[in-house]
Amino acid sequence: MNLKNSDISSIIDWKPDEMGRIPLSAYVDEDIYKLELERIFYKKHWGYLGLDAEIPNVGDFKRTVIGERSVIVVRNKEGGVSAFENLCAHRRVQFCRERDGNRQEFVCPYHQWMYDLEGNLRGLPYRRGLRVDGELRGGMPADFNMSENGLTKLKVESRNGVIFGSFDHDIESFEDYLGEMMLGYFDRIFNGRKLTILGYNRQRIPGNWKLMMENIKDPYHAGLLHTWFVTFGLWRADSPMSLKMDPYKRHAVMAGTRSTANVEASLVSGVQSFKEDMVLKDPSQIDIVPEDWWNGPTATMMTLFPALIIQQQVNSLSTRHIQPRGPNSFDFVWTHFGFEDDDKEMTARRLKQANLFGPSGYVSADDGEVLEFSQMGFHTNPSSTSMAKMGGNDTQDGDCIATETLIRGMYKYWREVMEV
Amino acid sequence: MSLFDINEICRLYSKYEDCIDSEEFDNWVHLFTDDANYKVIPRENYEKELPLATLDLSSKGMMLDRIHGVRETIYHDPYYQRHVTSLPVIRQEDDSSVFCEANYAVFRTKLSEPSTVFNVGRYFDHIVKEGGALKFKSRTCVYDSEMIPNAIIYPI
Repeated sequence: MNLKNSDISSIIDWKPDEMGRIPLSAYVDEDIYKLELERIFYKKHWGYLGLDAEIPNVGDFKRTVIGERSVIVVRNKEGGVSAFENLCAHRRVQFCRERDGNRQEFVCPYHQWMYDLEGNLRGLPYRRGLRVDGELRGGMPADFNMSENGLTKLKVESRNGVIFGSFDHDIESFEDYLGEMMLGYFDRIFNGRKLTILGYNRQRIPGNWKLMMENIKDPYHAGLLHTWFVTFGLWRADSPMSLKMDPYKRHAVMAGTRSTANVEASLVSGVQSFKEDMVLKDPSQIDIVPEDWWNGPTATMMTLFPALIIQQQVNSLSTRHIQPRGPNSFDFVWTHFGFEDDDKEMTARRLKQANLFGPSGYVSADDGEVLEFSQMGFHTNPSSTSMAKMGGNDTQDGDCIATETLIRGMYKYWREVMEV
Repeated sequence: MSLFDINEICRLYSKYEDCIDSEEFDNWVHLFTDDANYKVIPRENYEKELPLATLDLSSKGMMLDRIHGVRETIYHDPYYQRHVTSLPVIRQEDDSSVFCEANYAVFRTKLSEPSTVFNVGRYFDHIVKEGGALKFKSRTCVYDSEMIPNAIIYPI
């Protein structure tokens, strides 16, 4: 794609010092989206590929995506992880159709080109031609080099059981990519303990992929839209809150601590979602048991730019992977997990609290709904802007729910990468 | 000789559809026993024996809380649901309980939008006789639909 900077400026009119307004073309324009795929998803950024626990044995694989490209992640013969694009070197067939499984090799069904678990081309039928009447006919040219015609390999890094990949082999290390502060929060959850996969949820949300990142960089809505958060003190105005970004401001964490005391009336006056008298018929749904590794916050919501959210909300843990499908839609894949040393009660608790999250969740179903309504509003007003001025016009770290600083931070970085 | 009258099972099914499609969720809860559980789970998890469900109501209290949530706490786009359920196949039965399965399709209609196929799958039911009537001791909705179109708010 050859969209020039001057062309971008004609699509997006964004004044350099205007941080608190986001032009709506950023969410609906096809050319901008294509440029995002090139500059953000396929270059200079690490993408989430999965968890070690999903592919424990040699030959175990799963299919996922980075941006819109189909990627296979596999446990290779050395016990490490390889990842390559699901795209035959020959006729560019997306040859792997299973979601996951176990293979000792991958064979494209069209012409049976065969690849090993590292993505190297190992064989192809009639490479040296067919012997007919004593002479060789057809076949690949003599200078055809097998080693140069493997699958497109991704650079892969795993950290404490979480696998990331990039099409860009010149990318910085995953540790440098995250930065020290983010790495601390990452390692707090993934400290090397073995994970247990509890299951998946998949939803398609008719909104731009960035809206989902914004949603998890927006502590303001969480204490207003979500009755369960507000009423049970899981996330509300009186919850101690720490909002931090990496030096580039592309990643962020919202770390909150549950409020257990009665909330001061002035903090929730007029908040419609606060239901003082609401009592659960089955209180076991918020049977929260603090875990040793929490070390303070009861919730950490991490956004790893561009497309991964790591959720710890009390005892419920998940990765949420954003898979864009054009500017107007993305698939949202949830992987809930626990730890190998969880007892039965803790597993049951994690599963029960999962009712708050996912496509039906008490505090997540309506996030998807409002994102859809946002995109609807953007479509009819592409030359307009949305506002993110809560807490000022700058991109400093924050310490309360009434700020949109993390959203501004992400767009500061987005504008640098997109040269807008 | 079947111990359970298939007509009676069908009657329970049609009451179930009627309660949900007409949004009479209190009556929907009454179709379950006091120790019932209700699950909506992707086929992927079900087949891999992964325990996570999209909606996992393991007690009647949770079912009542969900109804409260649907009505009062979960903000969502208004929509209509329409269920179509196949005839049940009986897998196992004794004097007091029957395990049966049926295909289902749920259509969704949003305001000013055409009707769409919302969720398709199979019910796995454990039905018991209670006070002369049939009730669900458990209903597990295992859905084929690979992508939930944004959100599932109402029971399936």
